[in-house]
Amino acid sequence: MNDVRIITGNEAAAQAVKLAKPGVIAAYPITPQTSLAELLSEYVERGELKAEYVRVESEHSSLTVCISASTVGARVFTATSSNGLLYMHEQLHWASGSRLPVVMCCVNRGVGAPWSIFNDQQDSFSQRDTGWIQIYCRDNQEILDTVIQAYRIAEEVYIPVMVCYDGFILSHTMMPVEIPDSGLIEKFLPPYRPHTILSSDDPKTINPVFFPSRRENSKGVLCDGYMEMRYKLQAAFEKSREIIVAASNEWAALTGRDHGGMIWEYKTEDAELVLTGMGSIATEATMAVDALRDERIRAGVVGIRTYRPFPKEDVAQAFKKAKAIVVFEKCISYGYEGGLCSDLKAAFYGTDVRAPIHNYIAGLGGRDVKTGELVDAARATLDTVGSGETGNKTIWLNCHTGIEAEDRG
Amino acid sequence: MKNSDTNVSGVCTPSAGEAGKTGEWRDVRPVIDSTKCIPELKGKPACFLCWLYCPDGVVSMTIPVEIDMDYCKGCGICAEECPPNAIKMVREVDIDE
Repeated sequence: MNDVRIITGNEAAAQAVKLAKPGVIAAYPITPQTSLAELLSEYVERGELKAEYVRVESEHSSLTVCISASTVGARVFTATSSNGLLYMHEQLHWASGSRLPVVMCCVNRGVGAPWSIFNDQQDSFSQRDTGWIQIYCRDNQEILDTVIQAYRIAEEVYIPVMVCYDGFILSHTMMPVEIPDSGLIEKFLPPYRPHTILSSDDPKTINPVFFPSRRENSKGVLCDGYMEMRYKLQAAFEKSREIIVAASNEWAALTGRDHGGMIWEYKTEDAELVLTGMGSIATEATMAVDALRDERIRAGVVGIRTYRPFPKEDVAQAFKKAKAIVVFEKCISYGYEGGLCSDLKAAFYGTDVRAPIHNYIAGLGGRDVKTGELVDAARATLDTVGSGETGNKTIWLNCHTGIEAEDRG
Repeated sequence: MKNSDTNVSGVCTPSAGEAGKTGEWRDVRPVIDSTKCIPELKGKPACFLCWLYCPDGVVSMTIPVEIDMDYCKGCGICAEECPPNAIKMVREVDIDE
């Protein structure tokens, strides 16, 4: 009999962590991640999870504890949200630069100022370039499955993985989730083997100052300089695509659940209007597509599951037949446009994908995103493109801008 | 061709010369005047404040005191600490060899 429980996204993540059996957990509570940190401390306290739960005074420290424990060979876990993630910023670079397979959940929340405790994706988006793999989940089952896959990926390519899911929309919403049995996890997830073994018999200095040039060490070995070490991280990212897809496929073979490795598609076979996004807004877009298809509009969704490494080849293929593209985003690169939109445009450059792209910035700071609004936005894009307008646009969805005030004035 | 670095992350072995011959960074060199150096004058182990204060551990606790120019960066701390002012910092460009 399958163990299916009605649980929140945070509990799905906690259950996954329990199955992955990390040796060390360090987390500092922050809304909307809090119940995840609390559940894990309960599991440890009750003896259900034999891990060291380190209480810390900040997020900077929680990730530092994970970095230290991972360095000496422990599987680790941490989780945070919003300004907590921003406070980790420096250590995010240390974790990836040290090539430590830390797994972290980012329960997506808007960042201050002004304060918001509600959902958008500005927190993890603004950490895009810290050298972490980022995977965005659509529902609670995917959260559980992705956390387990994240350990497999991280420990194979030695890149930390951030599993991102929308605060409240997923973290605090209950859904049926199947909990795999531990035997299956053992089959899927081999024990963690650190890339560098520290031992007093063979002392090493970790992360000393690296010089611009390569250097000869005391044994006469020509050692990498800073730039070579950084290239190794980028090369590992390039390789990680196939590892992410392989982990996803193998998990699907074991459980019957396939969330897509890099991207997922919904009704795209004949779609001329393609909607895209990451996380729960992309799930919302699938409902918008159903409504558009009721109006005989051939619409589909390409969901971005893995944002870093960016699925450049997958999207160039998936959007090939699109006549109009709508990108819904819960974050923005201020002074330009949504980051996903920019990344897609870059991936399309030099390919056959030349459809106009409309970028909708939506749901910042928890503003509700209704299916009907996505339907209207997508239809408006299709009408604009249909009338011969080929330009790209950035539109703030359901936002009362000063432009409207002038119109009213 | 020498072996390439197989380390996944930045590591080194704590040993002399791991970061190359850092003495190449030196602009000024410590030169010891043996007529003023206390261990040499007394002919027994004494003082060695230069050995104690050297941040790079390149000063020997011997008579005469020797400084390993492969790794001395020329910081001048030994000269600063030397009680009889036996060590002078001389510009490398002014040294004939």
